[in-house]
Amino acid sequence: MQLSDFFTDYTLRTITLGTAILGAICGMLGSFAVLRKQSLLGDAISHAALPGIALAFIITGVKDRNLILIGALISGLVGAFWIKGIVKHTRLKSDTALGLILSLFFGFGMLLLTFIQKMPNANQAGLDKYLFGQAATLVEQDVWVMAVVTGVSLFVLLLFWKELKLLLFDADYTKTLGFNTQFLDILITSFIVIAIVLGLQTVGVVLMSAMLLAPAAAARQWTNNLAKMVALASMFGALSGVVGTGISASQSNLSTGPVIVLVAASFVMFSFVFAPNRGLLARAIRFRRNRKDLNLKKTLTFMHHIVRNHENISHPHSIRILNNFHGFTLKTLSVLEQRQFIRIEGDQWSMTEEGFTEATSIYDQLGQTDD
Amino acid sequence: MTSAQIEIQLIASLVAIACALPGTFLVLRKMAMISDAISHSILPGIVLGFFITQDLNSPLLIVLAALTGVVTVMLVEFIQRTKLVKEDTAIGLVFPALFSIGVIMIAKNANDVHLDIDAVLLGELAFAPFDRLVAGGTDLGPKSLWVIGSILLISVSLLLLFFKELKLSTFDKGLAATLGFSPVILHYGLMTVSSVTIVGAFDAVGAVLVVALIIAPAASAYLLTDDLRKMLILSCCFGVFAAISGYWMANLLDASIAGSMSTMLGLLFLLVYLFAPNRGVISVLVRQRRQRLEVALLVFLLHLQNHEEPEERHVKHLQEHINWQKVQSERVLNLATNNNLIKITDGVIDLTGKGRQFTAEALNYITINKETAIEDLKEQFFLFRG
Repeated sequence: MQLSDFFTDYTLRTITLGTAILGAICGMLGSFAVLRKQSLLGDAISHAALPGIALAFIITGVKDRNLILIGALISGLVGAFWIKGIVKHTRLKSDTALGLILSLFFGFGMLLLTFIQKMPNANQAGLDKYLFGQAATLVEQDVWVMAVVTGVSLFVLLLFWKELKLLLFDADYTKTLGFNTQFLDILITSFIVIAIVLGLQTVGVVLMSAMLLAPAAAARQWTNNLAKMVALASMFGALSGVVGTGISASQSNLSTGPVIVLVAASFVMFSFVFAPNRGLLARAIRFRRNRKDLNLKKTLTFMHHIVRNHENISHPHSIRILNNFHGFTLKTLSVLEQRQFIRIEGDQWSMTEEGFTEATSIYDQLGQTDD
Repeated sequence: MTSAQIEIQLIASLVAIACALPGTFLVLRKMAMISDAISHSILPGIVLGFFITQDLNSPLLIVLAALTGVVTVMLVEFIQRTKLVKEDTAIGLVFPALFSIGVIMIAKNANDVHLDIDAVLLGELAFAPFDRLVAGGTDLGPKSLWVIGSILLISVSLLLLFFKELKLSTFDKGLAATLGFSPVILHYGLMTVSSVTIVGAFDAVGAVLVVALIIAPAASAYLLTDDLRKMLILSCCFGVFAAISGYWMANLLDASIAGSMSTMLGLLFLLVYLFAPNRGVISVLVRQRRQRLEVALLVFLLHLQNHEEPEERHVKHLQEHINWQKVQSERVLNLATNNNLIKITDGVIDLTGKGRQFTAEALNYITINKETAIEDLKEQFFLFRG
């Protein structure tokens, strides 16, 4: 495969475009799922869509893409709102409710699928592609549907941006301000369900949740701003779609869905490690710097302790009377000298005026002038 | 019934019991979704084990896969500890990644591996009796019966041995730790047992439906009882019921056994969810409705107590003053009259002696006791029984 194939090969171009749009809408709506602590809702809904797919086929008897999508949408919505009902009305916690709906709906879906397979007029071949998804079956019409849905959800998102933002960060306050939180809740849940149903055909039931989560989780590490996070997540999603499709097209026997998920997962890993401020690397560096700084302060305060009993604070002392217990190393001493808190002459040190003021202010910050 | 049919039902029942036991604790510890994560992420372990052993029932494969399950839990907990994402996000990130690796491993070696991804996800109980354990020329029964039987034996004996510790650490982690039972060891013990059970069961019912067998019986039982022992027994019963009835339904419809087992579980849960006494949706809604009426009654009585002037106490006035709907005010009025708390003369409402006493004491309760200790008061006045 060559890079130019992306532009010349019709099938590949359609699939790449489709997965890119799918990644973008998943990243966009996934940000809300992640921030609302509903990360696993996507997993549950994507499984819950299965009986809808099967029922749509049983009832209509034809394998029409759009009918099947509508069936999946309805059963996904039923699942999502049943989860909310269980959490609200019984003492079962949300994890149990999610697991219940996920496995029971999926089981029922499997029952229906195997039932369909044994039906006499079965031209059902291909229904099970929704289990793992097959990006290769994407046609131009699907891409158009995805693009339209993405446009609509972006529009609605922008329309209710301020309300949704408020709901995310302070649901109670939103309610007291008089916004209809129930409506907003239904709105965002419905859009998440729609995004999931769209993705079923491409990445399948099992991996759909990762499509929703991974871009958002990666984007969360880079920013604390909701707008930036949503934009970044869409970008990560689209990018994992394109890169994943590229990799899977370059080799035989490599299904697209899992590759996209792995690409998205590596984005997450990269962000976890390298993101500024929140990332593990940045955190480790900050930790080390703080520890060094603490050692420095400890040495300085110890010196202050010695010095303050003298009439002349710049009276020289031997370095030997400092000991390692107080965090003193030759490096700390040289840093202290650099900052002109102390002067070193041979094996003697003496405190400067600045050093004395600094040490006093450290004690003041600690709220104790005498130990 | 043929012997194959009996064997299938036996295997299904044993799988159901083996899943229900750890499931109870997972549901109580709010870790139900971990079972979903484990059941998916064992896939690479299973594939790897299958490459080595070429046998889905080999002990090595089970150990390898169970190990993958425990690694999943550790990975999830590692990500949770970094505090970079919320805990459920950690679960949602780890298992699809591991599952994808498994799917790709299968796809890349599709030609030399007789391991179907559908079989992994869905299992096929109907073929279980054909894979038999033969030792020294004698037929000892289906292999998977032995596998799930020994797993069940291990988990039952562990449960009996550590019942007290498990119970304590499930309901009061802090106390368990202070008393010297290591929560970490118990936690990982439970995780290991769950992993092994899921691996043992996936062959029969598949990766997703294992989750149904783990969560649904325990969740249904949790809505019916407060006693851990009863909950364990109930969830085992539910599991066995679903296994046997599911088998016959599958037989009838000529469909997947695992699918119809979880459909039965779903129906069972739906029944319990709607009709469970005290905790079912219907009884919760009825209770909420009654409490709303009771609060309305109290407000009404307090209003009467506060107003001496007749125009404030007129029946007609009630609606506009407290701003109630017509139906609501009629219901409150009827309840109060039936309980002999008020009497109406010429459309003006008066508190009776009983009404005055009740209102005063209720007010007392509300202002002094923040707790809702009003239940005793209701008993005392024989209230809200008609």
